Amino acid sequence: MRYLPHSDHERAEMLGVIGAPNIDALFSAVPSSALRTFDLGLPAHSPEFLVEAHMRALAGKNHAGADGPFFVGAGAYRHHVPATVDHLIQRSEWLTAYTPYQPEISQGTLQMLFEFQTQVAKLTGMDVANASLYDGSTGTAEAVLMARRLTRRNKIVLSGGLHPHYRDVVRAYLKDDADLECLSASPEGQGDILDHIDEQTAAIVVQTPDFYGHLRNIKTAADAAHAKGALLIVVITEVVSLGLLEAPGALGADIVVAEGQSIGNALNFGGPYLGLMATRKEFIRQMPGRLCGETVDAEGQRGFVLTLSTREQHIRREKATSNICTNSGLCALAFSIHMGLLGEAGFTRLARLNHANACKLADALAAVPGVTVLNTTFFNEMTIRTSQPAAALIERLAKRGILAGVPVSRLEPTDPSVANLIVLAATELTTDADIAALCAALSEELQ
Amino acid sequence: MSMNNQGRPTGTGTSGFASTSGSALLPNEPLLFEIGDTEHSGVDLPDVSISGSRLGGFERKMPLDLAGLTEPEAMRHYVRLSRLNHSIDSGMYPLGSCTMKHNPRLNEKVARLPGFADIHPLQPVSTVQGALELMNQLSHWLMTLTNTAAVALTPKAGAHGELLGMMAIKAAQDAAGQGHRKIVLVPESAHGTNPATAAFLGYSVKPIPAREDGTVDVQAVRDALSPDVAAIMLTNPNTCGLFEPQVIEIAEAVHAAGAFFYCDGANFNAIMGVVRPGDLGIDAMHINLHKTFSTPHGGGGPGAGPVVLSEALAPFAPVPFVRKGSSGLELVEHAEGEALGRITAFQGQMGMYVRALTYMLSHGGDGLAQAAQDAVLNANYIKARLQHVFSVPFGDYPTMHEALFDDSFLAGTGVTTLDFAKALIDEGFHPMTMYFPLVVHGAMLIEPTESESKQTLDRFCDVMEELALDAKAGNKERFTAAPLKAPRRRLDETRAARSPILKWERPDETLKAAE
Amino acid sequence: MTTKFTPDHEYIRVEGSTGIVGITPYAQEALGDIVFVELPSVGKVLKKGDEAAVVESVKAASEIYAPVSGTVTEVNDELSGNPGLINSDPTAGGWIYKIAIADAGEIDGLLDSDAYAELTL
Repeated sequence: MRYLPHSDHERAEMLGVIGAPNIDALFSAVPSSALRTFDLGLPAHSPEFLVEAHMRALAGKNHAGADGPFFVGAGAYRHHVPATVDHLIQRSEWLTAYTPYQPEISQGTLQMLFEFQTQVAKLTGMDVANASLYDGSTGTAEAVLMARRLTRRNKIVLSGGLHPHYRDVVRAYLKDDADLECLSASPEGQGDILDHIDEQTAAIVVQTPDFYGHLRNIKTAADAAHAKGALLIVVITEVVSLGLLEAPGALGADIVVAEGQSIGNALNFGGPYLGLMATRKEFIRQMPGRLCGETVDAEGQRGFVLTLSTREQHIRREKATSNICTNSGLCALAFSIHMGLLGEAGFTRLARLNHANACKLADALAAVPGVTVLNTTFFNEMTIRTSQPAAALIERLAKRGILAGVPVSRLEPTDPSVANLIVLAATELTTDADIAALCAALSEELQ
Repeated sequence: MSMNNQGRPTGTGTSGFASTSGSALLPNEPLLFEIGDTEHSGVDLPDVSISGSRLGGFERKMPLDLAGLTEPEAMRHYVRLSRLNHSIDSGMYPLGSCTMKHNPRLNEKVARLPGFADIHPLQPVSTVQGALELMNQLSHWLMTLTNTAAVALTPKAGAHGELLGMMAIKAAQDAAGQGHRKIVLVPESAHGTNPATAAFLGYSVKPIPAREDGTVDVQAVRDALSPDVAAIMLTNPNTCGLFEPQVIEIAEAVHAAGAFFYCDGANFNAIMGVVRPGDLGIDAMHINLHKTFSTPHGGGGPGAGPVVLSEALAPFAPVPFVRKGSSGLELVEHAEGEALGRITAFQGQMGMYVRALTYMLSHGGDGLAQAAQDAVLNANYIKARLQHVFSVPFGDYPTMHEALFDDSFLAGTGVTTLDFAKALIDEGFHPMTMYFPLVVHGAMLIEPTESESKQTLDRFCDVMEELALDAKAGNKERFTAAPLKAPRRRLDETRAARSPILKWERPDETLKAAE
Repeated sequence: MTTKFTPDHEYIRVEGSTGIVGITPYAQEALGDIVFVELPSVGKVLKKGDEAAVVESVKAASEIYAPVSGTVTEVNDELSGNPGLINSDPTAGGWIYKIAIADAGEIDGLLDSDAYAELTL
């Protein structure tokens, strides 16, 4: 077995040093009724080329994004990742390091996390950011719990524009308790959350651009929440939008949660991704997740350490701010490298390119008979209403090799009002030919 | 007050030795923001103009102020930074409870195939049949290795899996009218995530003391059980590296009391292919793919923590999951009946599923069992080689995949466990896990994994031995000043925590803030 | 004026009907550098043994329990900016909170300095 260094001769020698007659003697604490009393029936070890062939065969059964026109978004976005990013994150020292608990020999990871936190704080316009969470959806649930701790109130209101998966995750985390209010889907971008804020409200959760692509008025939401002593949690699933849209921190957000996948990370069928979380300085101690801070070493040299770790489970056990034990380190690295390559100039151009392509897409779709574009505002994503049920239409378009977006009914199966809605995204990878192919196919299908 | 003073010391140790950082091959690397600026970029993108923007007046006014680097500058920045890290590829990483094993590169290669990396979680199910098949195959391996009825793949990490497993237990008990069960039993030696998870779900935690030998006494469990107990959370092999000899009796007692057995599977690496947890009576167990199945730790995630479930808990598995349908594989995305709902957007850590399955296929059933046995062999070898110099807290019987020592061998030397571990850095090894488990004073928990050759183990033991003898010989300064040869000396964690600096600020901003 | 101790290393200095609570020099030494103190709110009603405050060192968070029942009348705000006071001056400048003692009888049940000293030998 190519990954196991011992020869049988060495194994025997080592057993001799231990003074054990055989390997089973080392498993003597295992009840004999449970020790290797079975035949697993699993295949035996296999050479690298055969394993690779097996995996290639599986991969070959999937339609990859590059195989045809692609407009799927809804919380995960197909962007270009520079070759440099993927090369660097595969360096041994990044890929195969553990969490930086020994700062003297982990300054690479730690300095990167410090840079990452700075990038996220600047993007969101907030005072501080953590070193990442699992993803945007679990980050949203964590933010809700954080708001409850901060305000010592319980009521949470989720906007009808919040990604349905995010809403479902919050529901599961909160066990659907009586203080959780989920507003019904608002595909037209209608805003009614302001009427649901009262003196018991801990926080309202507003996504922008929302699940349907509409841009929401964060300033109004923040003012309304603050007037009742509640917090505003802003959720962003497409971070590239921050290249053109005002930072939520400048508009009064108290906690910002974002899915960071768009920068540096491939689609990967849903994971691994990375959750970004940023907040106001005064809320740091209730923020979940790891934090990296600057300090000095014994000789006064600048260095970095994980800090404020008493908030975390390995110290506080049942009193921890959350049960989170890991961040999404390598995804944060990919994000940070990609953002470092872009810089302000590149990031702004990237955002503009996304918006420009989305404008072209919206205008082209509006001209297709049987299609209505619901958005007057958007960044790179929009919702259309079609004259036929969306789910079947998407399947037919897939058979033509076009991945035309997400039928809303896939996420909201019990709401008949969304049956004819499709959410579509354009990115920098979307070409004029892709848009033309989509519109031509849609026209034919909707005839 | 609760005197939790088992944590490690946090000062900077003694100084007075010459700096070794900033040496020839390890230059001090400035921050990204100190070398880059807002005009430079390493990505060529057309600068398009937009006529008729749909941004609705929400355009950005706050400056982004993000530093950029061209490609050669970025390459150098991140390569230089990387060299300040220890990694498995560069040396032994004997962190107990973390299972730092070799990460095969075939896993990385196949995870990047466009058919896995470039597929969207919400594209039509008919276009991702290979991905669903992969999830099915991974599930089959996990269920077979554990002899369990179901598996929930989606948890994003071990702690997330733990949360899901306990949520499933809660859902099952609520459904059975047993919602009054509000107590969870957790042995004192448990990892901190266990009580954190139980408390998060509203349970009160009842600690079970460890026996003299570091294991859990079935009688102590029986004494703690009552009609109000929902579950026990037991790590097996436990955090002291020992297999719980009474685990079957404990499971029987727990079930007889109407409670569930949550097993923390963090240490599954010691028994994969050799012992099936389902045969021990577990109801739920998370498996850390980043420990047992070699997906890279990546400097702190991403992890993946699938949870295997017993027959009794299977109906409460969260969505999404894969099942066979009339026209191929289906993805069930909405909870039916009493199921839990959703604990993360999309399908979980697909990239990790690919890597873990690749690892399993490479090893095969036989190779996985051999790997577990080698991991146990290596830990016992270290224990055998070192126990004449180091102190063993739990007597002379076989350990599983970890060797645990306490700090009594350092008594009177003025050297702490932390000092000792830092001295190991100067010898080219990553320190072992320290001060965990909490039930052992000044604990040193060493997990070599199956990836270390006998030659490496011998060198490690030689160094450990030499250090121990040197400490006993009174050469305290070597330890209290360590590390001397790392990129940084000991860091001032008190300062970092008292006045946190959590992001870079322009020097002029800092000045302004100080005024 | 008497000072009494708990086996959990809190002290309470009794001044009339008010008690001044902090942690002992022994405790601060064992905990190491204190980096943060979570103070109770003034007016909080505590039963003997309730969690009243939390002190954090870099690697540990420890709860401070109420040595006696009563109501919090004042907290040491100085600690917010300078938690190290607990290390440098635990018994004077590093006090944590003051409590209006509800039941003077509870004081008698605490350890005197000799008994506490014996405990920490």
